[in-house]
Amino acid sequence: MEKRAVFKSWWLPVVFALPQLLLILFFFYWPVAAVVNWAFTLEPPFGGPAEFVGLANFQEAFSDPFYWNSVMVSLIFATVGPLFAISIGLVLAIAVDRQLPGSGFFRFLYILPYAIAGPAAGMAFRFILSPERGLAATLNAAWPDIWNPAKYGEHALALVIIIFIWKWSGYTFIFLLAGLQSVPRALGEAAAMDGAGPFRRAIDVQVPLLAPTLFFLLVTMMTEGFVGADTFGIVHAVTEGGPNHGTEVMVYRIVDEAFKGLNYSGASAQSIILIGLIMIFTFIQFRFVEKRVHYK
Amino acid sequence: MADIDIRAVRKNYGKTPALHGVDLFFASGEFVVILGPSGCGKSTLLRMIAGLEDITGGEIAIDGRVVNRLEPRERGCAMVFQNYALYPHMSVANNIGYALKVSGVPKAERERRIAETAKIVGLQDYLARRPAALSGGQRQRVAMARAIIREPKVFLFDEPLSNLDAKLRISMRAEIRKLHQRLSATSVFVTHDQVEAMTLADRLVVMNRGYVEQVGRPLEIYHRPASTFVASFIGAPAMNLVRTRVEVESASIRFGGATVAIDPAFAARQRGQDVTFGIRPEHCRLSATAEEGVQARVDFVEELGVGRVAYCEVEGEPFAITLDDHTVVTAGDMLSLLLPSEHLHFFDTDTGRRIEMDAPVPDAAPAAAHHSVQTMGVLS
Repeated sequence: MEKRAVFKSWWLPVVFALPQLLLILFFFYWPVAAVVNWAFTLEPPFGGPAEFVGLANFQEAFSDPFYWNSVMVSLIFATVGPLFAISIGLVLAIAVDRQLPGSGFFRFLYILPYAIAGPAAGMAFRFILSPERGLAATLNAAWPDIWNPAKYGEHALALVIIIFIWKWSGYTFIFLLAGLQSVPRALGEAAAMDGAGPFRRAIDVQVPLLAPTLFFLLVTMMTEGFVGADTFGIVHAVTEGGPNHGTEVMVYRIVDEAFKGLNYSGASAQSIILIGLIMIFTFIQFRFVEKRVHYK
Repeated sequence: MADIDIRAVRKNYGKTPALHGVDLFFASGEFVVILGPSGCGKSTLLRMIAGLEDITGGEIAIDGRVVNRLEPRERGCAMVFQNYALYPHMSVANNIGYALKVSGVPKAERERRIAETAKIVGLQDYLARRPAALSGGQRQRVAMARAIIREPKVFLFDEPLSNLDAKLRISMRAEIRKLHQRLSATSVFVTHDQVEAMTLADRLVVMNRGYVEQVGRPLEIYHRPASTFVASFIGAPAMNLVRTRVEVESASIRFGGATVAIDPAFAARQRGQDVTFGIRPEHCRLSATAEEGVQARVDFVEELGVGRVAYCEVEGEPFAITLDDHTVVTAGDMLSLLLPSEHLHFFDTDTGRRIEMDAPVPDAAPAAAHHSVQTMGVLS
């Protein structure tokens, strides 16, 4: 390739790159280094330099039943949420892609939730699905305690997952609609000539051709479910991890432990475990799911 | 076997009309080619027959049954698409057999019929492959097989050969023709390639700007184009069309320093108005003497191997002639051309419609006048 611009001096390119380098340094590498440092050390209670404690912080995390609870909650959150978000986005995208009258309006409408911050959506849903008001109150009047996220951990977990799905369906929708629009129209028409109705066409032709997009969304959405800012934001705004740790996802537990419990070392150890977990999941996805994806 | 009756069919895209009331009838087992430039509405018409495009007005009946409101699958048509539209994630076998799978044909029978059909198009060794691993011609065959396997009453072809290279196109053309003879389903073939149209068609429909310009057998259209559009669209190089004035007194037209006598009755009817006359490049001849005939200056020459085309200029008008390979001309040469009058076509300058010279003319002695035109043949 031809070099378009050649810098004569060594310092000019460095100056150009410096703002970005500083940003990465201060907001990524430094915190990561601090986390790794904290994860293997403990602050003495009455001052003095931090002591190296080896894997003690990890042992402490693993021996805590509430920690394992948070792993379970995170697993449920990060699988159920993304699967529904992708499925709903897919159905909406297929519907909009048919370009029936009004589809332009609905395309706009379906993307909107993604523009709303997770905690804000969480607050709204706290009211919408509050057990004392509206629809839920009517249901509870007929069948007492059928919906009470303030009392039952499973209900609360369902609530935060619903909020996650509501918001992220708009995101998956954009990608899937873009994917569908790159599927040649003639393929759908050929399938129609072959006798397939709209539903059959979607299953046999459109979805298989969306496989790369679906795979991309699976990886990014599961990562989002584990560590996304929204995951923390929604849980923080709606349930604060409760009731009885029922919605305590790993990110929430880490923040809670670090900034309320002031246990930086324990929180750092848990952060490193979480990173490891995401790496394992992504590896599994690439190893076993991607094999079934055909890129064109 | 099914006929297709198209009655006053119109199509609007929003407010823009694409078809203005088309009336056509395709007989059962006929091979019809719809020919026209891009944007003439030919593909739209085909897709309306297929059921892929709504019908704004009028009716389409297949086998006597009005299909306006029927889904594509209920119409009994199979279609071959321009870009093949093969399912990229399915093997060749599954591509061919997809229609059977959708209609719930049992697996054993499906496989038998896939094998049979693959044999017809010569794909039996490629059944396990994906379309991406096939050449253009093979993909074309898969698309054909996918249409054949359904044993349709009607075959629709939407410019199926336009993505193939020239050599393959000629062989596929022959195969499509053979296939048609073998299956004898009604075939409608859309193309913008006039050679394809001429060679394939039992009957040819020439379309332009949403109107049908002419319907007829290919040679009929070649010899008697109904309008200047058809005249210039069919035949390569295109027919020379020249606007000129009819001299009533001498019953003649002037062109390039020469005069040609025309039917006096026709001349009288034209009353000195302008008329467009046309002659195909292949019907012009070179005069033996330099003084006689239309004076043309050669602009440039295209070598075709079997002959050559000389693009000339006559009175500032472009004028092409084809020459055999013994006649060598170069740019800048002056040629004298003879335009045999039996090959002259006349068109109304305003409407572009053909003016029929052979039609009986009321106030003339038909036989004599007619005869004189024939014998005075050559412009001099």
